[in-house]
Amino acid sequence: MADNVTPRVRVPRDAAAGETITIKTLISHPMESGQRKDSDGNTIPRSIINRFTCEFNGESVMEMILEPAISTNPFIEFQAVVPESGTFAFTWYDDDGSVYEESKDIAVS
Amino acid sequence: MSFSRRDTILMALGAAAATTLPMSARAAIEDAISAFTDGAEVGETGITLTAPEIAENGNTVPVEVSAPGAASIIILAAGNPTPGVATFNFGPLAGAQAASTRMRLAGTQDVVAIAKMEDGSYAQARQEVKVTIGGCGG
Repeated sequence: MADNVTPRVRVPRDAAAGETITIKTLISHPMESGQRKDSDGNTIPRSIINRFTCEFNGESVMEMILEPAISTNPFIEFQAVVPESGTFAFTWYDDDGSVYEESKDIAVS
Repeated sequence: MSFSRRDTILMALGAAAATTLPMSARAAIEDAISAFTDGAEVGETGITLTAPEIAENGNTVPVEVSAPGAASIIILAAGNPTPGVATFNFGPLAGAQAASTRMRLAGTQDVVAIAKMEDGSYAQARQEVKVTIGGCGG
């Protein structure tokens, strides 16, 4: 498991019903591509986050498949529609089976 | 300087390898495209790919795709050891069929984005990114 994996998400605190909001996510992760070699010439095995999902009250906003060509500390920005107050659930799936989760509440006025 | 028979054969082999390598990379991206589109015809309109013309650091190149009405978008890098970069699948609550992220590029190359529209058609955008320092490590 990669050390010190910290997900960070920015979601507006409130929005109008049906408004489109921008969500930014960043997770600290080395995203070892499997292409690099260490000082002894051995290939460093691949260890990346391979999938990311965002759901709002259980309904899908978007899903992303990440490949080794995504940079260290993957940053993802996308947009979502908020029909009502609720919770965004963000999930990152690691190659080693770890799952990192984060959630954010939003109030719709 | 004179070339022995052995030198000549080695040089010929080297030249052959140098010309075949880019061909195999090109074949990999063609395979990736046809795997995504299932061999269907790909249009040119309806998708925007935004990437810098010149990226100083190939380790983190910002990229943005937008394709209104798309069900999913795939980003491919033609000159990387493996062409896949990312695939976005948009759900019913997506505010816009757009996303941005950061990618690694091994060197100067074409970046390709292909959108699969909800009506089943495909659209592609292509842009060359010049990379000063490649992002694959060594």
